[in-house]
Amino acid sequence: MAEFEVQKTQENLVYSRTKVLTDNVMHYCPGCSHGTVHKLIAEVIDEMNMQDKTIGVSPVGCAVFAYNYLDIDWAEAAHGRAPAVATAIKRLNPDKMVFTYQGDGDLAAIGTAETIHICNRGENVAIFFVNNGIYGMTGGQMAPTTLIGMKTATCPYGRDPKLHGFPYKIGNIVSQLEGTCYVTRQSVNTPAAVRKAKKAIRKAFENSLAGKGVSFVEFVGTCNSGWKMDPVAANKWMEENMIPAYPLGDLKDI
Amino acid sequence: MKEVKLMKGNEVLAEAAIRCGADAYFGYPITPQSEVMETLMEKKPWETTGMVVLQAESELASINMVYGGACCGKKVLTSSSSPGISLMCEGLTYLAGSELPCVIINVSRGGPGLGTIQPSQGDYFQATKGGGHGDYRLIVLAPNSVQEMHDFVFDAFDLAFKYRNPVMVLSDGVIGQMMEKVVLAEQRPRWTEQEIIEKCGDWALTGKTPDRKHNIITSLELDPYAFEKFNQKLVEKYNKVRENEVRYEEFMCDDADYVIVAFGSSARIGMKTMEMAREEGIKVGLLRPITLFPFPEKPIAALAERVKGFLSVELNTGQMVEDIKLAVNGKTPVEFFGRAGGAVFSPEEVYDALKEKLIK
Amino acid sequence: MKEELIIAGFGGQGVLSTGKILAYSGIMQDYEVCWLPSYGPEMRGGTANVTVIISDKPISSPVIQKFDTAIILNQQSMDKFESQVKPGGVLIYDTNGITRHPERKDIKIYTIDATAEAARRGNARIFNTLILGGYLKVKPIVDLENVFMGLKKSLPERAWKSLPDNEAAIRAGMEIIKEK
Repeated sequence: MAEFEVQKTQENLVYSRTKVLTDNVMHYCPGCSHGTVHKLIAEVIDEMNMQDKTIGVSPVGCAVFAYNYLDIDWAEAAHGRAPAVATAIKRLNPDKMVFTYQGDGDLAAIGTAETIHICNRGENVAIFFVNNGIYGMTGGQMAPTTLIGMKTATCPYGRDPKLHGFPYKIGNIVSQLEGTCYVTRQSVNTPAAVRKAKKAIRKAFENSLAGKGVSFVEFVGTCNSGWKMDPVAANKWMEENMIPAYPLGDLKDI
Repeated sequence: MKEVKLMKGNEVLAEAAIRCGADAYFGYPITPQSEVMETLMEKKPWETTGMVVLQAESELASINMVYGGACCGKKVLTSSSSPGISLMCEGLTYLAGSELPCVIINVSRGGPGLGTIQPSQGDYFQATKGGGHGDYRLIVLAPNSVQEMHDFVFDAFDLAFKYRNPVMVLSDGVIGQMMEKVVLAEQRPRWTEQEIIEKCGDWALTGKTPDRKHNIITSLELDPYAFEKFNQKLVEKYNKVRENEVRYEEFMCDDADYVIVAFGSSARIGMKTMEMAREEGIKVGLLRPITLFPFPEKPIAALAERVKGFLSVELNTGQMVEDIKLAVNGKTPVEFFGRAGGAVFSPEEVYDALKEKLIK
Repeated sequence: MKEELIIAGFGGQGVLSTGKILAYSGIMQDYEVCWLPSYGPEMRGGTANVTVIISDKPISSPVIQKFDTAIILNQQSMDKFESQVKPGGVLIYDTNGITRHPERKDIKIYTIDATAEAARRGNARIFNTLILGGYLKVKPIVDLENVFMGLKKSLPERAWKSLPDNEAAIRAGMEIIKEK
C-alpha cells in the first residue's frame, strides 16, 4: 500500500480535538457515556472562549478523574459535596464559570442534601449529572436510580422496592425548586442526541453567567461494565429500559 | 486610636474575621457559638469589605464550602461546636489532604453524642489527633481570653497560609460566652485577585491561563509510591510546624515544686489555684500550652527534670494528660484532675485535687 | 481593687444587662473586667445569673464559687447563692417575691424595693438600673461618670433616648437601698 500523507489545511479540516481536552488517555470503559459528555463540555468551554474562567468540581465516582481530562482548573470534592464546594467557588469568584460533574450515587444518594440546597439557593452554577443507574467505580452496586428488577452487586436478585425502595427522578424534584432555571434530561446515545446534549450544556453555562440560578443537565448514560453488556447491547438496553423510566426532554426552562 | 470594647468571645470572633480581611464565613447554627454567624449577619460585611457570609444547610456543607473557598486561595473560615465539628471531620481530612489553608473554630461543648450545651474540653483528642481519617494534623490554637479569641483568628490565618494547612482555634463555651475587654485591630484589606495569584498562584484555582498548567486540588493519589511520597511530605511539614510554631506560657515555674498544666478556660481557673497556693507558701507554677498541636513537649520535659510533679487540669475526663506523660516520660509523677464539662470546676476544687494527688 | 460579684434572678429581669453595664463601667475606669453568664435553655424565662469580676490587675479565673457581693432577685437564687457570699461580703436583694429572707449573720445584707419603685415611676424597664444604683451606693467601685459612660456604651444607639431615665434610676437606686 502506498504511503499517503494527509495535508491538513483550513479547507479540508472538518474536525479537530478541542484544546480544552488534555492528551491524557481516559480511564473510562469503551462504550461509557462519560467520555462523550466530557468532550461536549470541553468543546462548549472552548467555543465560549472561557477556558481561563472555568472552574470544575469533580465528584467521587467514575468521573473522579475528570480533572485529568479537561484542561481547566479543578477541585476534587468529597463524595456528594460538590454542590457545596461549587457554591463557595462561585460566591467568591462571581466572574468565573463554575460547574459540578456528578454521578447518580454522588448527586442523588450521599449528596442529596447538598444537591437540593444548591438548587434551592439558586447558585449561578451548572450541574452536569450522569445517571447510569449504578455505582460504576466501586464495582456495580445499586444506585438510587437503579431500575426496579435491575440486577446489581448489592441487589443480585433484582431491585425489589420492598427491600430497596424505589428509583427516583431527582431531576423532577429539583425542577420544583425555585432556584433552578433550567432542568433537562438528555442522552448521548445517537449523533442527534449528542448535538442536543451539547446545546443543553451551552444553555446551562450561559444561564450561569447570566445569573439565572442553577441549571441542571441530566444525561441518561450507559455503564456496560456494570450492566455486564457489550457497548452496543448496553446502548440498546438503555433505550429500551432507562429512557422510558427517565424520559428525555426539558423539565423546566425559564 | 485603639478601639477598646467589651465583647463576648463569640462576637469578637466575628469582628476579628471581618477585620483580618477574611473572604468568607460559612456556618450552621449550634449552641454555644451561634453568635458568631448572628454577629456577622448583623454587621453585613459584604457591604463593606466584600466578605461573603452564608448559612449552609449543615456542617457538612459549611466545611465543604470552606474547602471550595480555600481551593481558590481565599481566606475562609467556619465555626461550630463539638457535634458540628464531628460532622466536619470528613471535610477536615480532605482539607488537610489537599493542603488547603483555612480556619476552623470550635467553641466546644460536652459530649459524647448530643452531650450538653455547657462548656467542655472533651474535643482535645479530636482536635490534636485527627477526628477524620488518615495521617494528618491540624495546627491547633487554644485561646484563654476574649482578646485571644480576637488575636488568634489573625494568627490562625497567618499559620494556615504559611503551611498550607487547616488551623483550628479550639475554644470552649466559657470563653465563647464570656465578655471581656478587647482591643480590636484595624481593618485589613482583603487580598486582591492579583495578590492571590502572587501568593497562591502555583496551586489555587484562579482560572487556567495560557501561561501555566491547570491547577488541580485533590487528595486522591492511586500510585502507591506517589501516595507514600506525598504523606512523607506532610510529615516533613508537620515536623517543621513542631520545630517552629510551639507556643506556650509559663507562670512562676522557675522555683515551682508542682506545675499545673492547663489550656483555655482551665488555664484561667488553674491560674487562680496557683495564686491561692502561692498565698499559702506552696510553690506552684502553671504551664499553659497555647498550641495544642504542636504540643510544648520540650518545656514540659525540661521542667520534669526538676519539679516534684505535674497536674493536668482539663474540662474532660483525661486527654491532654497523655501528651504530658509522653513528654515527661516517667521522670516525675503526672496526675490528672478534671470534670466532664457541663459543670465547670472551681479554683478551690483544683487546689483540693492538687493537695490530694501531689502535695499530700 | 478587686470585686467578684454575682447577679442572679429570672431571665427577663435584666440580670445580664446589669452585669454588662457594670463591666463596661469598669472598662471606662481602666479596670480589667470579666462577665460570664449562665446560658442555654435556662435563659428562656428560667433562672439566669452572671458573674462579673472587676479588678485593677489581670483576672485569672472567670469561674468563681465565692463572691464579694451577691445581688439576688428571686427565691431560687437566694437559696442557691446566699451561702456563696464570702464572710464579710455583701448580699443585696429585692424583697418582692422573696418568701425566705437571708439568715446569715456574717455578711452585710441590704434590701432594695426596686420592683415597687419601678412600678411607682411607671417604668418597669428601669428595674435593673435601680438595682445597679443601689449596688453602687454600697460598693462605689466605679465613679458615677464612668458608670454613665458604661451605660451608654452597653446600649445600642437606638436605645440612647432611655439614658436620662436610666441615669435618674441609678441615682434613685442609691437613695432607696436600705441596710437590713
